[in-house]
Amino acid sequence: MNAHSLNSAVNRQAGHTGQPRAQDQQVAESVITLRNAAAERGGRRLWSGLDLTVAAGEFVAVLGPNGVGKSTLVQVILGALPLVEGEVRVLCGPAGRANERIGYLPQRRSFDPSLRVRGRDIVRLGLDGHRWGLPLPAWLPGSAARRSAATRVEEVIDLVGAGGYADRPVGELSGGEQQRLLIAQALAPAPDLLLLDEPLDSLDLPNQAAVAALIARISRAQQVSVLMVAHDVNPILTSVDTVVYLAPGGSKIGSPRQVITGPTLTQLFGTPIEVLTTSDGRLVVIGHPQRCEPRPQPHGELEP
Amino acid sequence: MTLADGPSWNPIIDLQQMWSFPFMVNAFRAGTIVAVLAGVMGHFMVLRRQSFAGHTLSLIGFPGAAGAVLIGVAASYGYFAFCLAGALVIAAMPRAGPGGYSAESAVIATVQSFALACGFLFVALYKGFLNGVNALLFGNFLGISTGQVIVLGVVAAVSLAVLGVIGRPLAFASIDPDVATARNVPVRALSGAFLVLLGAATAEASQITGTLLVFALLVMPAATAQTLTARPARALALTAAIGLVVTWLGLSVAYYTPFPVGFFVTSFAFAGYVAAQAVRHTRPRWRAVSTAGSPSPTGIAR
Repeated sequence: MNAHSLNSAVNRQAGHTGQPRAQDQQVAESVITLRNAAAERGGRRLWSGLDLTVAAGEFVAVLGPNGVGKSTLVQVILGALPLVEGEVRVLCGPAGRANERIGYLPQRRSFDPSLRVRGRDIVRLGLDGHRWGLPLPAWLPGSAARRSAATRVEEVIDLVGAGGYADRPVGELSGGEQQRLLIAQALAPAPDLLLLDEPLDSLDLPNQAAVAALIARISRAQQVSVLMVAHDVNPILTSVDTVVYLAPGGSKIGSPRQVITGPTLTQLFGTPIEVLTTSDGRLVVIGHPQRCEPRPQPHGELEP
Repeated sequence: MTLADGPSWNPIIDLQQMWSFPFMVNAFRAGTIVAVLAGVMGHFMVLRRQSFAGHTLSLIGFPGAAGAVLIGVAASYGYFAFCLAGALVIAAMPRAGPGGYSAESAVIATVQSFALACGFLFVALYKGFLNGVNALLFGNFLGISTGQVIVLGVVAAVSLAVLGVIGRPLAFASIDPDVATARNVPVRALSGAFLVLLGAATAEASQITGTLLVFALLVMPAATAQTLTARPARALALTAAIGLVVTWLGLSVAYYTPFPVGFFVTSFAFAGYVAAQAVRHTRPRWRAVSTAGSPSPTGIAR
């Protein structure tokens, strides 16, 4: 081995010291692997030839216009929808086999305002709601598992900063408060993978930024892989590692700066699109992709 | 038979007096069993927004009971047979999405009308049955036999035992069907199982409150309890307690007055619900004042 290759090996090592666990697990097997995958809904081909590898601790955003199969990708990873082509492996097994290690946040409607259940109980369901039997009240003496369950619920509620309203009926809470509690619910079983379907949808701008920052912080601090469906890359631009851009003309995977470029989007949509960067580093997509989709603008701040 | 001269206002003496009649003892036994079972099932029914399905099950029980009397069988078998069969039919109906009951309401309403029409026919075929119609529709608290009490008790015990096993995943599937499905909770099967349990509870309640007053014990205590508390365990306990109180009060008051039991039980349950709503709508005002110092940063979302 010559000096040059030794050097580059050391450099690679040094460059990754920030995420030692991520690298170890990546070597073992990635959290999500899609090979040449294709999916259909109602007989319509949504996407095909998708190759995606998500490593432990990686933060992946799935972007694209409506109806292009973003939520379908989440369903495929959950094992709820079979692929028509290709292969999907999740957490070292076929999709759907290890769902207890996945925290899932469905695309959401808010809870019925008249639902009289505390936020804390919603979070608790994420921890052990799938188990048979009835939960015994925490004040009964005995099982340490029961006490540790209550502690775990408290932990994740604190983690998302929902301590102030976790004891109020969930239907009375605002959209942002409900979303935080639902993220806590997804985090309760200490998952290895978070699947978040439009978690920023229906939130106002300050809340979008706060919830996006919360997800990024959790992903880094707990080494949880995150696959997040989003409309707008801007709130997550600084924290996202990889962007999967699905469009009617195909898909593109890479870092945000690689994928969200004029030439790439022009190719995906088949119509001229320009990407500008504002002074504070946000991306603005400008184009005329109306021919493809009724609501094609994937990002905010669009010019008609 | 003269029932009583009037209450002594000493609860122990009054209870002793009422319980000197076997039919009153059976009424209290049956009322207790049904109040607890209907209350607990009602808690989940309110949580699942399935009151309309419960209402339909009770109306399906009417032709069952009328048909049973027509062919000379005890009415309670007719209630159980039709309510359980109705539950299976509703469970087998296709629905838009997991937990979506709004789409099936038209189908349920169709089944409901047909069931009522059948009941009407059976009553017409059984001539001289007119007094019995009252009992089928508005209840028969005071005509419960010891054998009936035993059947009610066994069915209630089995139903509550099953609910004890499926209770937690059922709550998960009711509140959050999408996430529950992703966590491999059998949402569809639980929905069917719950409808069968609800059918059993409805059949039991129908036998003492009648088809039309079933909700006095099936909905009102649960709705009242959920108004007062958002803690599931407390709501369940409170539901059973409210059901017991209104049943016992209704039986006692009816014993000393010439008016029917069903009226009092339903009225007390209604009064409890109104009172609970009043409490809830006065409480947020002082709560809003007490938390005004810490405004939520997310107040404008939704």
